[in-house]
This record gives sequence, C-alpha cells and structure tokens, in this order.
Amino acid sequence: MIANLPFIAIALLIGIAFAIILLKKNMIKMVMGIGIMESAVNLFLITIGYREEGIAPIFTSAPEGSVMVLPTVQALTLTNIVIGVAATALMISMIMIIYKKYGTINSDKMRRLKE
Amino acid sequence: MTSGLIIRTAGRLIVPLIFIFGFYLVAHGHLTPGGGFQGGAVIATGVALILICYYYKDGMEKFSPAKNFKLIEAAGLLLYICTALAGLVVGSSFLFNWLNASGGLFGHAVAYGINAGDLFTAGIIPVLNFAIGIEVFGALSVVILYMFAGLGETTREEDEAPDPALLRKGKKGEKK
Amino acid sequence: MTDSTSIFPKKIVVLLVLLVTLILLLPAAGLTFGDPSTAVTDQYYIQNSQVATGANNVVSAIVFDFRGFDTLGEACVLFVAVLGVAMLFRRVRK
Repeated sequence: MIANLPFIAIALLIGIAFAIILLKKNMIKMVMGIGIMESAVNLFLITIGYREEGIAPIFTSAPEGSVMVLPTVQALTLTNIVIGVAATALMISMIMIIYKKYGTINSDKMRRLKE
Repeated sequence: MTSGLIIRTAGRLIVPLIFIFGFYLVAHGHLTPGGGFQGGAVIATGVALILICYYYKDGMEKFSPAKNFKLIEAAGLLLYICTALAGLVVGSSFLFNWLNASGGLFGHAVAYGINAGDLFTAGIIPVLNFAIGIEVFGALSVVILYMFAGLGETTREEDEAPDPALLRKGKKGEKK
Repeated sequence: MTDSTSIFPKKIVVLLVLLVTLILLLPAAGLTFGDPSTAVTDQYYIQNSQVATGANNVVSAIVFDFRGFDTLGEACVLFVAVLGVAMLFRRVRK
C-alpha cells in the first residue's frame, strides 16, 4: 500500500480540485482548482510511466546498462502542460474582463448579467 | 509599476543570460532534456523580466512592440507547417524526416546506442524544435504583454506625479 | 443568499467528491508503482528512435517525429488561445 502512495496522492489531489471547482464562488479560486487538477493529471501520467531504477529516456552520455522510464507518457505530459498554460491564460483573461465589466469575480453575482 | 535601481541593474545583467540559456535549451532539444516548448517558455520569462524592470513605454516599446511578437508567433507556426509540407514534396509523407542521414545540415550519421551527442543529427527535429521555440516564445510574450496592458499600467510620469487623488481621476477618465 | 447554491447543494457535492476520490483510488489497488505492465509501444520507441529519427532524446523523437501531428495540433491550440487573449484585450491597446 505504501508503495502505491503516488496513486493515492493523485486521487486526493483530484478530489480536492473537484471540491474547489464545485464549491468555491471566487472564479480565481476555480481556476486554481483547475490548475491543481492539471497537476494531478501530470503526476498520474509520470507515475504510470515510472520504472524501478529508471533513468530519463535520453541516450546522450547515459549510464551503461540501465533501464529507461517510458517516454510516451512524458511526451503526453509535455502536451498537457502547454495546453494547460494556454487554457489558464484564456481563463484568467476572461476573469480580468469580467472584473472590469461587473466589478466582481463572484460567480453568483455575475450570473445576473447586470452591474 | 515602479522598479528600483537594483532590480533594473540586475535585470540588465540577467536577461541576456536567460536568453542564451533558452536558446541552448531549444538548440540542444534533440540531445539533452529540453526542447522547443521549454526553451521558448524560458525566453518568454526574459521578456517578463524586461517588463518588470522597465515601464512598457520606456523598455518594451523600444525593445520590441507587442505586434512584433504576434508576427514572431505566426512565423514559428508557419515554419513548422512548411517544414512538414516539405516532407510531402521531398520525401513520401507529411512530416517525413527528410533531412535525417542526408549528409547535409542536421544530417550527420548517428552513433547508435549511448554516445556523446552530435549537434548536427536528427534531421528535421532541430528545425521543428526551433519552430516551436519561436512560436512558444512569441505566444507567451504576447500573453504577458496583453495581460500587462489590460491591467491598465501606470506610466512613469503618472507614478512621479505628486497628487494621488489627481492620478485616480485621470485614470477614471481614461477608462471611458 | 450569501451561502446558498441553488445548482449544487453542499451535501451532494461532498458525496460526489468522495465518490470520485474513491473511484480514483482504484488504480492504487490495481497498478504497481515502478513496474508498468504494458510497455510494448514505449519499448519500441526506446529501441528504434535512434535508428528511425536520429535523435538521442527519445521524448523529442516522439514529440516531433512519431507524433508530429499531435504537436502541430498543440501549436495550433496555443496559437488560437493567444488569439483569444489578444481579442479580449484588443480595446485596451489601441
């Protein structure tokens, strides 16, 4: 059980992020929750690709006779990070515009579509 | 947005080093940890540092205005697509690695297995690395610059103005 | 008024979160950390990336060669997201 600690951490992180997204009304905190969830997914991808005593999958000056961790999930993690940055930038920009227009970032208050 | 003499001097020293490190990450993307995405992000942090050290009007507009970064970003994406399409013309398929083992630029033969690494190997992968590096650098710089402008940055003249109440009135007038 | 959530009552949210967390704990029971069970594709990439692409960095070989289409799409997503940011702030900078 203790050897599987990364998977338990992932489950807890996603649970926390889910709770934040559903319960918080401050939209900046919602974006933070989405960021935590992204990080949890990245951790999951890296964790399922880990091999015991593995080195990074790079041949340049690598130690002799060692196994390499799985490279595909690392490539997917790279994709996820970049998409996450793009999505976060877009969300934060929208929140900035909303704050300028409504003067609040409370999702309940701005739902009424008037100032 | 004020910044003191210490920050400005340190920034002037560190920004070139950040650019060089980012360029190294991009150029050695096929040999060492790193690549276009990471190197581009590192270079964009250099742009952010310039923005912190100087005012937009004083520093960034002289260095390069925001619309240049948009062009840089589009150029990176175009370079990627053109390199991929050249594979269709020269070789057999889209994104075909037509430079690999050709003997020309980036076409040296690879020593298989564990080796010390040769910069001019791997065919189109370094080219695509550069394309993605340019694109990510431009994209993140545009995001930083536009968000910074969206905050309603005060200029140095406004910061050095004596009366803060007057300043607030001036800003409200600007919004309309 | 200040605390009421009409769409998501708090108890249901807590139950939902607990359910999701429990479901996500299933991998912890099924998978073993440090020993991936299926690694056929990755083994192929590790063994053939130098022959097929000439890159020492296997991750770079996957991102830019084996899965270059993915990266093209990713770059397009980044481009469109930045376009969105620029459009949102277009009035501020004239």
